[in-house]
Amino acid sequence: MAEPALIDIRNLTVGFRARSGALLPVLRNVDLQVCRGESLGIVGESGSGKSTLALAAMGFLKRGLQRMGGQVLFNGDDMFDRTRKQLEAIRGGQLGVVPQNSGQSLTPTLRIGTQMREALRLHCTLPEAEHEARVINLLSQVRLPDPSTIMQRYPHELSGGQQQRVAIAMALAGEPDALLLDEPTTGLDVTTQAHILELLRELARTRNMAMVYVSHDLGVIARVCEKVQVLYAGEVVLEGPTRHVLTDPLHPYARGLLASIPRLGETHLPVALDGRPPTPGKTGSGCAFAPRCVLANDQCRSKRPPLITSAHGEVTRCFYPEKTGQIATIGSGTDPVHHDACGDTALTLRDLSISYARSGLIERLFPPAVPTVPTVDGISIILAKGETLGLVGESGSGKSTILKSIAGLLPPSGGQILMGADTPLTPNVERRRPDQLRCIQMVFQNPDESLNPRQSVLEILSQPLRLYFNLRGRALQDRAVELLETVRLGSHYLDRRPEQLSGGEKQRVAVARAFAANPEIVLCDEITSALDVSVQAAVLELLNDLKKSMDTTYIFVSHDLTVVRALSDRVAVLYQGRICEVGPAAAVYGSPSHPYTDILLNAVLEPDPDVAPKLMAEDVVELAPPACGCPFQRRCPRKLDSVCETDTPPSQTGADGHVVRCHIPLNEL
Amino acid sequence: MVHTPHPDKGLDEGIKLGLGSESDPALTRTGPADMTSLLLRRLALGLVTIWIVSVIIFLGVEALPGDACTAVLERDAQGEVLAKCRDDLGLNAPALTRYADWAVGVLHGDFGMSANGLQSISELVGYRVRNSLLLAAGALSVGIPLAIFLGTVAGLWRDKPIDLLFSTGAIFAMTIPDFVSATILILIFAIWLGWVPAIVITPADAPPLDFFPEFVLAAVVLTLVMIAHIMRMVRSSVIEVMATDYVQMATLKGVPYWRIVLTHALPNALLPAINVIALTIAWLLGGVVVVEVVFNYPGLGRMLVDAVSDRDLPVIQAITLIVAATYVGVNLVADILAMMLNPRLRTHQTRRQ
Amino acid sequence: MTEVSPITAPAQSRLQRVLTTLQEVVRLPSGSIGLTLVTLHIVLALISPLIVPYDFKEMNSAIILADPSAAHWLGTDHLGRDVMTRVLLGGREALIVTGIATPAALIWGGLTGVLLGLRGGWLDEVVMRLVDAFLALPGVLPLLVLVTVFGTGNDVLIPTLAFFFGIPVIRVARAATHEVVARDFISAARARGHSQLTIVRRELMPNVLDTMMVEGAMRWSWMLLGFSALSFLGFGVSPPTPDWGLMIADARVYMSLAPWGVLGPVVALSSLIIGINLTADALAKTLGLDRSRKAVV
Repeated sequence: MAEPALIDIRNLTVGFRARSGALLPVLRNVDLQVCRGESLGIVGESGSGKSTLALAAMGFLKRGLQRMGGQVLFNGDDMFDRTRKQLEAIRGGQLGVVPQNSGQSLTPTLRIGTQMREALRLHCTLPEAEHEARVINLLSQVRLPDPSTIMQRYPHELSGGQQQRVAIAMALAGEPDALLLDEPTTGLDVTTQAHILELLRELARTRNMAMVYVSHDLGVIARVCEKVQVLYAGEVVLEGPTRHVLTDPLHPYARGLLASIPRLGETHLPVALDGRPPTPGKTGSGCAFAPRCVLANDQCRSKRPPLITSAHGEVTRCFYPEKTGQIATIGSGTDPVHHDACGDTALTLRDLSISYARSGLIERLFPPAVPTVPTVDGISIILAKGETLGLVGESGSGKSTILKSIAGLLPPSGGQILMGADTPLTPNVERRRPDQLRCIQMVFQNPDESLNPRQSVLEILSQPLRLYFNLRGRALQDRAVELLETVRLGSHYLDRRPEQLSGGEKQRVAVARAFAANPEIVLCDEITSALDVSVQAAVLELLNDLKKSMDTTYIFVSHDLTVVRALSDRVAVLYQGRICEVGPAAAVYGSPSHPYTDILLNAVLEPDPDVAPKLMAEDVVELAPPACGCPFQRRCPRKLDSVCETDTPPSQTGADGHVVRCHIPLNEL
Repeated sequence: MVHTPHPDKGLDEGIKLGLGSESDPALTRTGPADMTSLLLRRLALGLVTIWIVSVIIFLGVEALPGDACTAVLERDAQGEVLAKCRDDLGLNAPALTRYADWAVGVLHGDFGMSANGLQSISELVGYRVRNSLLLAAGALSVGIPLAIFLGTVAGLWRDKPIDLLFSTGAIFAMTIPDFVSATILILIFAIWLGWVPAIVITPADAPPLDFFPEFVLAAVVLTLVMIAHIMRMVRSSVIEVMATDYVQMATLKGVPYWRIVLTHALPNALLPAINVIALTIAWLLGGVVVVEVVFNYPGLGRMLVDAVSDRDLPVIQAITLIVAATYVGVNLVADILAMMLNPRLRTHQTRRQ
Repeated sequence: MTEVSPITAPAQSRLQRVLTTLQEVVRLPSGSIGLTLVTLHIVLALISPLIVPYDFKEMNSAIILADPSAAHWLGTDHLGRDVMTRVLLGGREALIVTGIATPAALIWGGLTGVLLGLRGGWLDEVVMRLVDAFLALPGVLPLLVLVTVFGTGNDVLIPTLAFFFGIPVIRVARAATHEVVARDFISAARARGHSQLTIVRRELMPNVLDTMMVEGAMRWSWMLLGFSALSFLGFGVSPPTPDWGLMIADARVYMSLAPWGVLGPVVALSSLIIGINLTADALAKTLGLDRSRKAVV
């Protein structure tokens, strides 16, 4: 390399001291080089050590971690050998960082302006008098509207996207030579993520910085990085140009990871990676990935493979890179079971509306002059038996609210929920009949919250079994084992507690609990969003198998359009609690479609470096739907005129049976 | 209970203020947490609490066997004398009327006469309140800054020897009964070393300076207990805040360590301490019965014990009401202060506009 | 293969859980010291009548305020009674009274708090205002008044202590309930249609219990403090029954003549309370609850 690397990590090993006293490594012999103007992506699943690596590049280790060996050179000197003063000068100066969750990374008691000025005072040579102007300049560089107002705000008063922009502006305050980005768009809506990534691309282009981009999302990496490093169990297993790594990687793990990603254009289910990554210190003497690798042989299991450089500059930690081509990179797993919408009706939602604002004493005494707009409004959907309905939308679109209402946890303020075509369900769960309760089961987003931490798996599964089928003793246990087997967990899980299970296992138990009731309808609320992508694929596969064998009706809620795509027969797109578009999955994901659907689809980042996302008209978060007109009017890039503000858009039915609610005629969409 | 301030009085307030969670029904029920309506609600709750306290006190005293007359007349309390006395003091009126009379009097600053019928309670209590305030001020002025300092140091050097020293010390100071620590201090400083008198013999209405240096030991005992509680709270708060993402971010921004501690960490760590300090103040002003008795200090607490021994019911009523009102008042002020200082509560509304 | 009945399995694991918790508590230095102190005190209280060298009310005017000696390890008091004997016996009354009153306070306060936390509504509002009002009373007053009027028998002390120490428990239990009720596993149980009672028993209680265990340890130590302070002020145990609070009050008067006299009861009382607090700290740490944060002042 002509130019010396700006960040040069050599053979770094970082570990923590376990209770037993042994030092367990979380990063093993990691090498990393980034030059000015280069952007490197670090990819890995949770626990792979990617964030630790990024922070180590700043000479920072979290409490409890310690460096066991290796060097972290920045500009030629080891960060760990520097004095506190030197570190303080480099951090935030030559070396900037953008944290994962800016909402929590900005000090809540200090105004944005104060925090920005602090960064300037520490790292910028400008005279104090010019700081104000510089802050405004930086905030407008990250395209924040009205910077002088933003400066007066406290962090909690900004939306997630705005907080992230402030964090980027703050990192730029020191005119950094290198920028470390730790999952900078995780937790943001896809449309906001698209905006932020565009901004980062442009900054990289104009400032000639070195960028290290940490993410679990290969789509994000594809968008912003030239080079990728894949971490597995604290080791670099693969490094190479983004295009190669994303299309034809030479490591089995990377190929498996790619295959487990659901894609918009793919009608098959993604393929799950079996097994789980080793816990630190349990990697053994062989290849860390060997237990999950289809190619593994005795050599892989006993000897740690070295890094091998391939012909086109890819570096892989595998004994048999030439054989990896056998493993598919596109998930063409199981064919999803599909169902027509014309069978018997399982569930009917008739003009459902839900208001979150509960009326308290004060509201009852002094009713507000303007009636509040319901959070969710005008939801009418008829679900056929065995059908899967996907509900997609960004945060705040009311998709989970609808599920809670169907489950009886949140009484609607208007409209009806009917079992089948004509049996109305009481809004209140306490008044529903036992067989009605049994028919509808819900799986929650986060298994840590939805499984009682004080119960064993057996106790968790016995709750519905005892309640609905009055099972006791031996029969109950047999049924519980049977259920565990349907979700591919063995009977030895019976006496475990949730804390002893991995995220994917927990979610399987939650699924098993729902199916314990022999339900007709299962409500899935973002059930894969807390899981790693390879685990997510396994849960999707499981849901599909259950559907095949039990003919279950699903309502599948997700913010992730690709996840919904693979499983759903029909998809409804929600914005601000109103349906924009609903129809057969193929039709909704095809064109023409509602302007909002269009933007959502285009904001999806696929692990493909050649696709650029389309951007929304305005990157703001709306807190309440507009009182009248189209719910999407404020952000629509194709807004017509006053019609959109005053009239509720009409339902237009397309030839392929899908309904779009928009003022623009269907043939012009 | 006697020497330790109530351990969880602050808990709910903390939640109500949104320091802990937003799921508190008090917040959701009033709809958007508008600052003014929140304050008004808090104020109204305080007044309701004081009213309920007054009813409890009145009913409690009512339920006791004997009344002001039996206490004054003692053995003569029978027959005509008793009847006449009751008539004179208006004790034969219905309970509701008597409660109303008493309450109206209290609102005008008139607590009635003490049971011996000779002294106005307002006058008697006045000096005692001042003396208790004096003691509290002495303990607070040293205790609060010291507690915050020690708690911060212990939190920053968590699990290091200095933290172990402070934390263990705090457990001792917190758990050793105050009459025990008072006894030990008297033994050392008054009896063995002879630096200060063991007890206060100054009369209640003496000028403040006359209590010096006798009151030093009493103040030290109170300070010890108080420091222990506040210190432990500050320590855990500092540890929590130092582990937050924003402190890590400040480190990665290159902010010097002490600047991080002072500008980023401490303001956030000390917000929840406000309510704890308020509880301590309320406790110091009202409940320090044992220490006042041990040192013979003429404050409200000792007066309360004396009144109980003498069955001086009007005085008991008066002191209890004063203490309860102080408790409610101080907590109210703390709540308002915490609200003012916490931007997350202060500016809850602006985002919606 | 052993057959595990699902009915006994949870019970077994619950016992196991208690045991593992206990193990972890003991592994912490504070836990091991604390538990040792508490156990020692309980054992001593049980066996002390059998091992004390003298009769606790036997006076001997010849050896008033004697210094420690081979015959009287901790000396004698102002009535010539053996201090060692009285210190050994002096915790019995306190342990019996608080040993009954603490669980009683926890149960009534805990159940009320859980009920209010679940029900909410006007009942919650009203009761919480009452709780606020009771907490605003100077802590010592209700005890003093009741004891003065009704005497210091255990039949008065136990219910009184249980009642007044149960009031703050209401708050803690209510807050803990609010925290748990907001979680999805409660929503899941509601959506399945379990009865209120089942939800409370199976889902809520096991999660509130941790908080209540730590709470219980703390209540106990405060109640001991309260009990001893009452004795100290002369409103508690009546002489000649040996009690640490009372002994300290008595010995204080003669402190300049016989400083040894206070040390015995002071060390005994303090070590018990410190033991309980150390145990509570260790328990809170093991269960992942921050005691200093939750329960300060």
